[in-house]
Amino acid sequence: MSLLAAAVEPAFLVPTLLLDICFLALLVVVAFAIVRMRSLFGIVMLQGVYSLLSAAWFVTLDAVDVAFTEAAVGAGVSTVLMLSAMLLADRQSTPVPMRRQLGALAVVVLAGAAMLYAVGDMPAFGDVNSPANSYVGMDFMAKTAEEVKIPNVVTAVLASYRGYDTFGEVVVIFSAGLGVLLLLGLNGNSGNWVARPNGQVINDRTAPSAGLYQDNRSEEQRAEAGQ
Amino acid sequence: MSDPDRDLERMLGRDPHVVLRVISKFLIPLIALFALYVQFHGDYGPGGGFQAGVILAASVILYALVFGLKAAKAAFPPRLIRYGMTLGVLLYGGTGVVTWFLGGEFLNYSVLAHDASHGQHYGILAVELGVLVTVTSVMIAIFYAFGSRQPETSNEDW
Amino acid sequence: MSELFSQYNYVIVIVLMMTGLYIVFASRNLIKKLVGLSVFQTSVFLLYITVAKVKGGQPPILIEDKPYGVDKDGHALLEGPIQVAAGDGAFLLPGPGSDVLYSNPLPHVLILTAIVVGVATLAIGLALTVRIREVYHTIEEDEIQEMDFVYNLEGTAD
Repeated sequence: MSLLAAAVEPAFLVPTLLLDICFLALLVVVAFAIVRMRSLFGIVMLQGVYSLLSAAWFVTLDAVDVAFTEAAVGAGVSTVLMLSAMLLADRQSTPVPMRRQLGALAVVVLAGAAMLYAVGDMPAFGDVNSPANSYVGMDFMAKTAEEVKIPNVVTAVLASYRGYDTFGEVVVIFSAGLGVLLLLGLNGNSGNWVARPNGQVINDRTAPSAGLYQDNRSEEQRAEAGQ
Repeated sequence: MSDPDRDLERMLGRDPHVVLRVISKFLIPLIALFALYVQFHGDYGPGGGFQAGVILAASVILYALVFGLKAAKAAFPPRLIRYGMTLGVLLYGGTGVVTWFLGGEFLNYSVLAHDASHGQHYGILAVELGVLVTVTSVMIAIFYAFGSRQPETSNEDW
Repeated sequence: MSELFSQYNYVIVIVLMMTGLYIVFASRNLIKKLVGLSVFQTSVFLLYITVAKVKGGQPPILIEDKPYGVDKDGHALLEGPIQVAAGDGAFLLPGPGSDVLYSNPLPHVLILTAIVVGVATLAIGLALTVRIREVYHTIEEDEIQEMDFVYNLEGTAD
């Protein structure tokens, strides 16, 4: 096996490794840009760029199914959802003073340093004999060819061998959809709500924020929302 | 909400989004068709229920973005979503129950046909169909939920 | 060069992970926090896919064990290499005496499901943000806490 790996080394080295280095560098640039940016529109679009870049990177690392999902879900649907939520919420994020960011910076640097300390023990990139690539994953491949007889091992493992897992995940998606519908409603009811915590009645006029907010809707919009 | 410039364009018979409308009318059926390809070719190439569901939802979302939420709700009614969300989960779980009754374990597809590998094929097909229905319905439901809310900030805040 | 960069992916993954964590910690805006969370999440995906890569491997879609471009009776279908959709034939598998290698499919499966669950939880987070905005008319965390403090202190709205 190691002889084989040595034989394919030059072909592997040039395109895959260069693409890998470039894509990861681009991801870091985009992530830092997200940190610096204040416009929420820009942040959401950069998040889409980040997802698309990582999808391209997944293709270079042979994870075609993952790349497909990331491109459709991460760059497509989640960007649309974030934009529509941003439309309902805010356009700008207020800047946080530097002295209030120092604690977060310290935590992040310490945690990062601790993880970097452990990097040396990780298997080398592309190692055929690493623990992760030795046992159950390779077994799934052999068993799929024998038992399920479909070429795409990812589909076979997803739907058949790990069918319980996928069933649980479908239920998670179902409950997430249910949760969003409970929170927002399919047809929208903006501006009209009431909550009854501990017997108190709180609505949009008696909420903590009611006095701070100026209603800049027109009369007819208000009437429309009130229906 | 009404934009005087756009109203003027409408009156003069000039739709500023005509290119967008024509191109999306051409693209939306193709996107839906591609979703079906991804769904049923998932055994042989990259793809499957999750990807196909999201792509199918994306075609409805594109329709809603270009032609308005009202038109999208007429084409894909919210009532359908409520049934679809549950139907997919039931289809997935129901496959497991069927394998129970045929003498296998929960979600052991080998008992679905005389040949074990054919049974696996049928089982995967049924399960992926369930995933497709749930994912499509939930994604469209989430989009409708966000899209139907009225933004409180006015257009001048942009 | 390959040895030099053998741990490069892990270093970048840690940098990205900490960047996402920093966005979650340091920003007060709830939507920016959610973006940071998804950056963090994607960096975990990168870690898993890095581990799954096998040097010189190809995507985990099995190749059928017969000459390229030849149908069941041995007639040539097309010139050049094409991958024929599966029938009942055997597949080329890695092992001694075989010159084919596939990347590890198991992390791909785990991450595939994680991505779709990620967008579902993101949708819940965004829905909560929208509801918070409707009640508090702001999505800045410190302003929300200030209002809560005043409300708890005085029990009224101002």
